[in-house]
Amino acid sequence: MNLEPGLAHYLVVSAALFALGLLGLITRRNAVQALMGVELMLNSANINLVAFNRFGTGGIDGQVFGTFVIVVAAAEVAVALALVLTLYRARRTPNLDAATSLRG
Amino acid sequence: MTASAFVFWVLATIVLGSAAVVVLSRSLINSAFALLATFAGVAGFYVLLGADFLAAVQFLVYVGGILILLVFGVMLTHRIQDLDLRAEARQLVPGLFVAAGVFALLTAVATRTPWAQGPGRELSATTADIGRAFLGKYLLPFEAASILLLVALIGAALIVRKREDA
Repeated sequence: MNLEPGLAHYLVVSAALFALGLLGLITRRNAVQALMGVELMLNSANINLVAFNRFGTGGIDGQVFGTFVIVVAAAEVAVALALVLTLYRARRTPNLDAATSLRG
Repeated sequence: MTASAFVFWVLATIVLGSAAVVVLSRSLINSAFALLATFAGVAGFYVLLGADFLAAVQFLVYVGGILILLVFGVMLTHRIQDLDLRAEARQLVPGLFVAAGVFALLTAVATRTPWAQGPGRELSATTADIGRAFLGKYLLPFEAASILLLVALIGAALIVRKREDA
């Protein structure tokens, strides 16, 4: 096994991080913890972008895209926490299972 | 094993181990603190990949902003007296199967695809280049991102506002 980190190593680590984030997103009942799962997934995508930038054909585009991902993550977490607080105010619980008003 | 390989494996251990704590811990506060280690480890990856500006941004925005917001979210949605802040998981076994399947798929794609690899960017300071890209080639996405941030700011404040009329 080649221990020297190349592109594939970073991609596999980022795939593992993505899978962990997905696991958190789909198994956690607490809305804040589900949000942490989303953040892990965004971070794993960012590792991919920067790794492709490093091992690709030159240029800086991957890092620019990574910056955009961080910007979108910041906007996303602000709005999502506002929604969590509203859910908590309405249902007195941060559990996602409580948001069933739209169930038919 | 060279120094960079050693650093890579240490960082990979930190990132994946703390991410597992984030996902599997039963205490919300433990999750939040483990997330700190994950974000710091990812910033280390950026340094290792020669993205110095992005590593600084990762620290400032994720550790200094997003993590603080998440901790606020934990504090505001729990009563002070339930100190353990337990959070249960549901359907852990099906979730594990889905996550393992996604990991297997992504790993297969990552290792079998013949990626177009080049010499890459030589290691040098990136801030000036990123700034030029923002104000040149990526001017329109840059402006769109600033509008997105403004809209998200106003929208978040509007959503959590207490309504007098309702």
